[in-house]
Amino acid sequence: MPERLLALVLVFAPLSLVSLGGGPSIFAEMQRQAVEVHGWMTDAQFVDLFAISRAAPGPGSLIAALVGWQAAGFAGALAAALALYLPSTCLLLAVGHWWRRKGDSPARKVIERGLAPIAVGLIFAGVLTLLRADGAGWLELLVLGACTAALLRGASPYLVLLLVALLYAGLQQAGVIGGTG
Amino acid sequence: MTTTPRPKARLADILRVFTAMGMASFGGGLPGWMHREVVLKRGWMSEESFLAGIALGQVLPGPNSVNLALYIGQQLRGWPGAACAFLGILGPPFLFILGLALLYGWMGGAAGLGVVLAGVAAAGLANSLTVGLRTARRMRGWWPWAVAVLTFLAIGVLRLPMIPVVLVLVPASIALAWRAGRHA
Repeated sequence: MPERLLALVLVFAPLSLVSLGGGPSIFAEMQRQAVEVHGWMTDAQFVDLFAISRAAPGPGSLIAALVGWQAAGFAGALAAALALYLPSTCLLLAVGHWWRRKGDSPARKVIERGLAPIAVGLIFAGVLTLLRADGAGWLELLVLGACTAALLRGASPYLVLLLVALLYAGLQQAGVIGGTG
Repeated sequence: MTTTPRPKARLADILRVFTAMGMASFGGGLPGWMHREVVLKRGWMSEESFLAGIALGQVLPGPNSVNLALYIGQQLRGWPGAACAFLGILGPPFLFILGLALLYGWMGGAAGLGVVLAGVAAAGLANSLTVGLRTARRMRGWWPWAVAVLTFLAIGVLRLPMIPVVLVLVPASIALAWRAGRHA
């Protein structure tokens, strides 16, 4: 068991520092390591875990905890999550500390104004990347459009999520979608 | 311009708000949740500082939404603030997702559940799309639009590696912001 925990740390700690652009950029490498290199699970299991991590609350990167769980139980989940989060956290806090000390300086204002449109472009790019990773079909695109329109008009995100879950459960009951499993 | 004092965020409030978001954000879309709670509802942070956090969190290595939570906590209340945001956004969801893993083990697969999960994932993404649209609508002048569209095309559509793209676009965008500020 200790070897497994060490193996998990050795897989996820490096991923922490190369995960530029966040989760999606490291899913492929995670899958390769978990399935091909270490044989902790099958390809189909990884795909299931990905779906679970995408729907569950919290950061999608918690798929690391699921992989760790599959490999070595609770200790594995904890080891994988800490290995994935701690290295990048140290780096971000170091940069953030320096940034915070600049306070309300004019230089910081200009940098913020310059970064804002980059952030907007990255948000849209991130949505597109996740839609691809989810393998979203026409129904998902329709749901995405309708939910966004509702949220822009001030609808509660809690209510939106609940309605979509009910809609999908209903459609599945009626045999309109899914069924194959 | 930003002379109105912002309400000070207490550590207990940071922990509470991030815990609530961690548990409510089914399907992801955490940047959308954080924008709603931190900028729109509580006014703890200006929109520009928030967007700077999004850019910083993506450019630095590490999972984006965790990076953004750490940034918000740290800018509001230093290291303890960052610790509260980190624990809130990760602690409860970590336990929740392990519960789902147990369930998955008992059911011998995600069959059936998988279909509903796809819908929840799409609905969760709507939170991210919403913050993108809300902030885009507030951009003034031609250059922010040009920068945003170029960033989206390069990274989202063409899937170019992010580091070279931002190494070119970030300095250009800051130069444009500086020039626009001088002519304002």
